[in-house]
Amino acid sequence: MPIDMELEQILRPHQYPMPPYPPKVITLANGKKMVVRQASREDVPAILKSVHPCLFIERDYYDIVSARLYGELLAWYRHRVKSEYVIIGQVEGYLVGVVNGRMETEKVGMSYHTLAIDRGLRIGSHLFAAKMEYHMEYLGQEEVLIVAESPIGFRRWMIEYPLKPTKIPHELGGGDSWVLTRETYFAAKPRLVVGDRPVPQELLDEAMAEIKFADEDAIRERIAGLKGR
Amino acid sequence: MRDVAVIGVGMIPFGRRDEDTLLDMLAYASLHALDDAGLGDQGVDAVYVGNMGAGILQHQTAIASSLVDRLSLLPAAAETVENGPASGGSAVKNGLLAVASGYYDTVLVVGGEKMREVTGWRATDFVATMTHPLAEYIYGITLPGLAGMFTRLYMEKYGITREHLIAVAMKNQEMGALNPYAHVEMALSREGIYDSPHSIVNNPVVADPLHLYDACPVSDGAAALVLCPLEKIKKPAKPPVVIAGFGQATDTQTLQEREDPTDLKAVTLAAQQAFEMAKLKPSDIHVAELHDAFTILEIAESEHVGFFKKGEGGKAALMGKTRLGGTIPINMSGGLKARGHPVGATGVAQVVDIVHQLRHELPKERQVKNAQNGLTINFGGFGNNVLAFVLRRVEL
Repeated sequence: MPIDMELEQILRPHQYPMPPYPPKVITLANGKKMVVRQASREDVPAILKSVHPCLFIERDYYDIVSARLYGELLAWYRHRVKSEYVIIGQVEGYLVGVVNGRMETEKVGMSYHTLAIDRGLRIGSHLFAAKMEYHMEYLGQEEVLIVAESPIGFRRWMIEYPLKPTKIPHELGGGDSWVLTRETYFAAKPRLVVGDRPVPQELLDEAMAEIKFADEDAIRERIAGLKGR
Repeated sequence: MRDVAVIGVGMIPFGRRDEDTLLDMLAYASLHALDDAGLGDQGVDAVYVGNMGAGILQHQTAIASSLVDRLSLLPAAAETVENGPASGGSAVKNGLLAVASGYYDTVLVVGGEKMREVTGWRATDFVATMTHPLAEYIYGITLPGLAGMFTRLYMEKYGITREHLIAVAMKNQEMGALNPYAHVEMALSREGIYDSPHSIVNNPVVADPLHLYDACPVSDGAAALVLCPLEKIKKPAKPPVVIAGFGQATDTQTLQEREDPTDLKAVTLAAQQAFEMAKLKPSDIHVAELHDAFTILEIAESEHVGFFKKGEGGKAALMGKTRLGGTIPINMSGGLKARGHPVGATGVAQVVDIVHQLRHELPKERQVKNAQNGLTINFGGFGNNVLAFVLRRVEL
């Protein structure tokens, strides 16, 4: 696609400087090791392959979350969103979850989405915690604005942290934002934010080598729980 | 009284079954059981349905009548049995008595519940409706809350530790991972739920000292069985299994009124009645399905039915005595912990699982070798209404 460089300069949003999120490893309930790391733009096509089958799963609002996440990933890939980051979880190289958000200002973060592709292991909780960790401890922000699109998200974020309701509109539309402050984050951290650093080199190498993805039927079955039918 | 045999069993995979109504699930399980019994187009005389919550969760009552019509079993007698989480066991008991008395010859017993169409906290509240309304419920008590307090007392009195509870959780999820009907088909690692500091997120406290993996999931599911007099069976396609004994006992509704809240008298009495009727003793049992809504209950029940002395159940679990190949394998289905706990289904599902064991038709990873006698304990309320069944394989 031809690109007008002058126009492209105008269309591309300003980016805040964003220090990297250092990778960590989490032991899951089944004993497997999940590497949590920041994705690069080059990772987006591989991530999209795992998000795509989720577009057609109504259960627990996976369709809405996936469709929006798909758009946010594309926007980041093609420079149409300001200061976005993406953090992924991988087990044995396979993508098991994706979270993303962005810097609204230097002080305020905007949480976008949390998508757990493997379920029943609290992967969503771990990855959401990782992105809050990024906002608070690496981007040094004062607060993060958050909404939930599913009852599960509401339970995991609004209740478990717990977040405070505000009247501030969220970028995703829908309900007003709830806010995570530094005070709330550091109070919740001992019970919700875990992970070991540095990641053993062989685990990190495995994760960085390739983002593997399960076939579409397997992803649908894991999420929609259609086993045994 | 006639000897009563289980001639057909059926179950559907437990879990979250958004696509099915409660009636769908009951019907699927029933059809599996009727097929297994080889009844063909022959009808049944009566249908007993164990269900605790359709009136609350589905705003639907008289489901046994609906099921009979749905299955074209008219004009069979039909009755819904509600007895809290022991509804399934009570349905089995009603079917058993009806056949044993000689009043009916062929009875279908079904248990089912659809709990996942409400949020977790509404399901927890629904189950809490079995507690005392003025002495417990209005103060916010839940079943996990009761189980947490019970566990703390058990720990103080008998030295139970989290190590013992973890051993039960890991065993039952290991078995659930091998059971295609289980809600949770995932084995746990000790590191992931206990040893690692990451376990604080993986396995958070639910009701101190109980953690997430000490509790059963909230499940949808249904199970069914067909009963008939043993004397009517001539050339069985599968080895008949008889309900050789049953017992039922009650206790005070609130735990606080019990002389010793750690003493599950109704479990002891129900099991004793069942053993006496079957002319067997605990050491004659080869496999058991106990009501492990919480890991502590498997340990406590294993002591109260007489498998182990008081205070020894936890150690037995830790030593592997309740695993496959141990002295008394318990919950080879995964139990409520992993197979799931659709409350009205559980008492029936336990009998179904024991029948599979006594027919020797499970894969070797879950089959207790040469099992002849089995026990089930269906625990209603917090031990205030308990049913026990002793099942025996019969060679004709």
